[in-house]
Amino acid sequence: MRVPVSWLLEHVDLPADSDSLTADAVGEALIRVGLEVEDVAPIPASTGPLVVGRVASVEELTEFKKPIRYCRVDVGPEHNEDTGSRGIVCGATNFAEGDLVVVALPGAVLPGDFAIAARKTYGHVSDGMICALDELGLGDDHSGILVLPPATADPGDDGAALLGLDDAVLDIAVTPDRGYCLSVRGLARELACALDAPYGDPALLGRDLPAEDGDAWPVRLDPSSQCRRFVARRVTDLDPTAPSPWWLRRRLLLCGVRPISLAVDVTNYVMLELGQPMHAYDAATVQGDVVVRRATADEKITTLDDAQRALDVDDVVVTDDSGPIGLAGVMGGASTEVGTGTSDVLLEAATWDAPSVARAARRHRLPSEAARRFEREVDPAVARAATDRAAWLLAHYGGATVSPGVTDEGGVPTPEPVDMALDLPDRVAGTRYERGAVVRRLSQIGCAVEVAAADPGDTGGAGLRAVPPTWRPDLTRPADLVEEVLRLEGYAGIPSQLPLARPGTGLTLAQRRRRQVSRALADAGYDEVLPSPFVAPAVFDAFGLDADDDRRNALRLANPLDADRSLMATTLLPGLLDAVVRNVSRGLRDLALYQVGQVVRPGPDDPPEAPLLPVDHRPDDAAVTSVLANLPAQPLRVGAVLAGAWERAGWWGSGRPADWADAIEAARLVGRVYGAELTVTSDVHAPWHPGRCAALSLGDTLVGHAGELHPKVLEALGLPARTCAMELELDRLPLAEDRPVPAVSSFPPVLLDVALVLDQAVPAASVVSALRDGGGDLVEDVRLFDVYTGPQVGEGKRSLAFALRLRAPDRTLTLEEASARRDAAVATATERFGARLR
Amino acid sequence: MSGTNDLYDPKQVAALDPETLDAARADATSAFAGAATLEALTALKPAHLGDRSPVLTARREIGALPPQARSASGKRVNEIRVAIQSAYDERHEVLSAERDERMLAEEAVDVTLPGDRHPRGSRHPLTQLSERIADIFVAMGYEVAEGPEVESEWFNFDALNFLPDHPARTMQDTFHVEPAAARQVLRTHTSPVQIRALLERDLPVYVVCPGRTFRTDELDATHTPVFHQIEGLAVDKGLTMAHLKGTLDAFARAMFGEESTIRLRPSYFPFTEPSAEPDVWFPQKKGGAGWVEWGGCGMVDPNVLRACGVDPDVYSGFAFGMGLERTLMFRNGLPDMRDMVEGDVRFTSAFAVEP
Repeated sequence: MRVPVSWLLEHVDLPADSDSLTADAVGEALIRVGLEVEDVAPIPASTGPLVVGRVASVEELTEFKKPIRYCRVDVGPEHNEDTGSRGIVCGATNFAEGDLVVVALPGAVLPGDFAIAARKTYGHVSDGMICALDELGLGDDHSGILVLPPATADPGDDGAALLGLDDAVLDIAVTPDRGYCLSVRGLARELACALDAPYGDPALLGRDLPAEDGDAWPVRLDPSSQCRRFVARRVTDLDPTAPSPWWLRRRLLLCGVRPISLAVDVTNYVMLELGQPMHAYDAATVQGDVVVRRATADEKITTLDDAQRALDVDDVVVTDDSGPIGLAGVMGGASTEVGTGTSDVLLEAATWDAPSVARAARRHRLPSEAARRFEREVDPAVARAATDRAAWLLAHYGGATVSPGVTDEGGVPTPEPVDMALDLPDRVAGTRYERGAVVRRLSQIGCAVEVAAADPGDTGGAGLRAVPPTWRPDLTRPADLVEEVLRLEGYAGIPSQLPLARPGTGLTLAQRRRRQVSRALADAGYDEVLPSPFVAPAVFDAFGLDADDDRRNALRLANPLDADRSLMATTLLPGLLDAVVRNVSRGLRDLALYQVGQVVRPGPDDPPEAPLLPVDHRPDDAAVTSVLANLPAQPLRVGAVLAGAWERAGWWGSGRPADWADAIEAARLVGRVYGAELTVTSDVHAPWHPGRCAALSLGDTLVGHAGELHPKVLEALGLPARTCAMELELDRLPLAEDRPVPAVSSFPPVLLDVALVLDQAVPAASVVSALRDGGGDLVEDVRLFDVYTGPQVGEGKRSLAFALRLRAPDRTLTLEEASARRDAAVATATERFGARLR
Repeated sequence: MSGTNDLYDPKQVAALDPETLDAARADATSAFAGAATLEALTALKPAHLGDRSPVLTARREIGALPPQARSASGKRVNEIRVAIQSAYDERHEVLSAERDERMLAEEAVDVTLPGDRHPRGSRHPLTQLSERIADIFVAMGYEVAEGPEVESEWFNFDALNFLPDHPARTMQDTFHVEPAAARQVLRTHTSPVQIRALLERDLPVYVVCPGRTFRTDELDATHTPVFHQIEGLAVDKGLTMAHLKGTLDAFARAMFGEESTIRLRPSYFPFTEPSAEPDVWFPQKKGGAGWVEWGGCGMVDPNVLRACGVDPDVYSGFAFGMGLERTLMFRNGLPDMRDMVEGDVRFTSAFAVEP
């Protein structure tokens, strides 16, 4: 909410010596008690002669492309030429002879270093400027010059003083618990508390109005409406042309509200002042009794913004014989809108049910100023003061007659008292407040406080009973009262004390492993990225996934930011590949990226309707379990992608492009972090290249895939050729705390090489397994060191050369023994795969 | 073979003649000195120390001498042989040293040539920051708690004292997921992990909860729909707001140095009462030390404790949380949040891998 400092200070009785209270100090005081003051904006300064003028004559200059006027303006004896006026050229046309305007005379400097000087223009000497609001720093309205209501001031009067330019506007973000602070009434109260100064409640100011007699209008509240209170008052014989007084328009302007007409301005003004949103009906258009109820299924209303809206049965509406004439608490109807000819006005100040208004505003996408206040609760006790205030203003400034009738349906419930131990604030803050501070602070915010001998918790200490004020529906528990005491006494007074936590057990094994995975990949040369999990369904087509592929079964967002990207990723690859595309587009081609993150894998069926769990006690374990079970699976994964060069070219020679083997090695590296040696088998799995895709598994558990991506996928996604990727599900890797303890033999090894000729289709990993199995426990290591294809081994064959390291744990192995083991190893490879020694 | 009974043959023992031996030594010494390279020296070795060299020929003849003459001759021959050998060794050493020096000089390289055959990797600064913060709290005895990103509304809102239709709930700009009846959302904060921790763990509870969170904010320099928070929760007997302040003070000092401290401003969150927003005194702030807004905190609302089955008359607690993107922005003076999400490797690489 935006509000000028001067308006707030009008209700705070500051000591005589506090003239030095600056706008910034007011802002800081409000921050201290918990208001979020986002900005303290002084009205930009104008210097030099700024005076009130009366337009004496207007000459339309017609020879120019746009309307130009040469005016003679009476700016007071001190500033007038001998003719009793000054000549000023003006391009605006929204004023007439006799109007009061504000004139900047030569020598004046307006906001934005706008220096005014006499100058010749359009064939006349322009000896000053008639000002528009924005030129004076009062908002951004440049639709015409500022015309002051008649009799506001006399020509020659000081313009700056009249306009109140020595002021500042606070911009305050009001938290949802403090609806009452969406008003000058509430903010001034907070300021008075912060400054420990007496406060004058504008709602309590008496109004000189006719004695109350009868109803203003027949109004019936249907219980379904949950309307708490409905107050109405009628004024007649309003002069529809009467302008709003300058002081009122000024306040609206500074609060960011555009002045429109007296009737509209008054309802807005009362809302800003007292926090009570009001509505003014053209009483002449209201037909029959007013009934407040829920809408029926096929009802419609045209609201003040000229939108026709289909109503929901949950909407609360104000109706007359013609049907709905207002969407309660949100916006009035067009059919009863006050207009330029309205002289008979029915004023409404109601207290609506907050959740109903919140739902209606959301349903109709109408976040109006009224709805914003009703959502946060409006003081039900202020409705009568608001109608009286509005009626008085219309009478005083619009010549209206206030009818004696007052409609006041519903009522003001008495707030429930709250009992609290007197020392509870001390116990929550961890300090001791001065005697009397608690009662004083609670009284200051408007509670009626009684100190009782015994506290409600039977702790033996004293207690108190506080009846919260009607504008504080948020105060229902001792904790709420505690907060009031603490914030007003000041958080700065709370000491700093470090508690002794229970000795912890550190990170869990899973957490440590996850960090290790991240480190291992970074150490291996990968860069971590954190891409968005939102993906487009089209990506699964680009991936070439089958129609029934599980990964197409993604969780759908009801309200995505980008309608195209409405799904939660079921795999990390789309995000990683997006990052590759972005980097490549920025000229970075050699890429190795990784991400560790959750993916969302919903089950085959939609989750059932969720039960509503209680919040006033712990829900039973079965209920919690079922809520948790209905969440989609969200396994933790690691993904990596590679493109361009893995080893760079340089003075040492040529580089090496990243290939499928690097992707598989990245996967195996992750496996080793978990102490697991992943089994690599060949697989066909989109989006990988069918001939260059490895499945990585552990025992019977598939952990993920790695290899080169399918060329069609790369083409569809605009990725570099030969881009490779891997993705593993970390939750499927074992969390074993105990690692094997190897027996390290100090006896010398025997190193033997074998070259085997095999069918090309035989996977190298299987041959390694065969050699290990055949060689038995003396085989310490088998390492593939060469692969050869060519005429020497024949068509469809390849030669794999292995280095075997054999060693005995307890003796020096003889060459004979080692050779026998090697022969056994080869024999197993021959038996399984037809391997032939080369 | 010579034997004791063999006749003394003056011709045969000419090799033992002292002058002959001295000449052999002189020849050898001068030949070795003349060798310019190790190869040349090695080539000279057989002629002067080999089997057919004068000194070894002489040694073989010692047996032909009468026994009384053998000792003196043997001694002389040996002296000469040792002398030649050491002349050889000395020259060998000199030439080896020369060769080594030459080779090392020849092998000299331009050490300023780049050696980055293999790219360096890096971890995302948000991950590193999250771990750093978690470690600070682990050092205080906290444990790290986690939860899923797609969360039940009961955990994300209801149990955290967000009433249905209350503006506090709508202000969270929530991503809802289908179907609506399942009441699931993308978590708008890490606070549901507080609820999980209180339901799952035995009291007292001291946990930090880092994680990815979501709100329907369009991506710009200071907002991102996908962001990260870290949150702390302590529930124990007798915890006060002074303990909250002390904990945040300790945290600030660990993050930003001994000078750093915390001040609290009253605020509102549905799940804390009283609530506050901490400002941290940031000594390294761009343009001079100053206060920086740093998240939210407060005493756990009794309603939250009750929803988790914790008796608010016996236990109390505090909670605090901060945005990691924002922390990284002010800590490192980064102007634009978009760099953190776009995955440009130049951004991440700048942070490398922190210890």
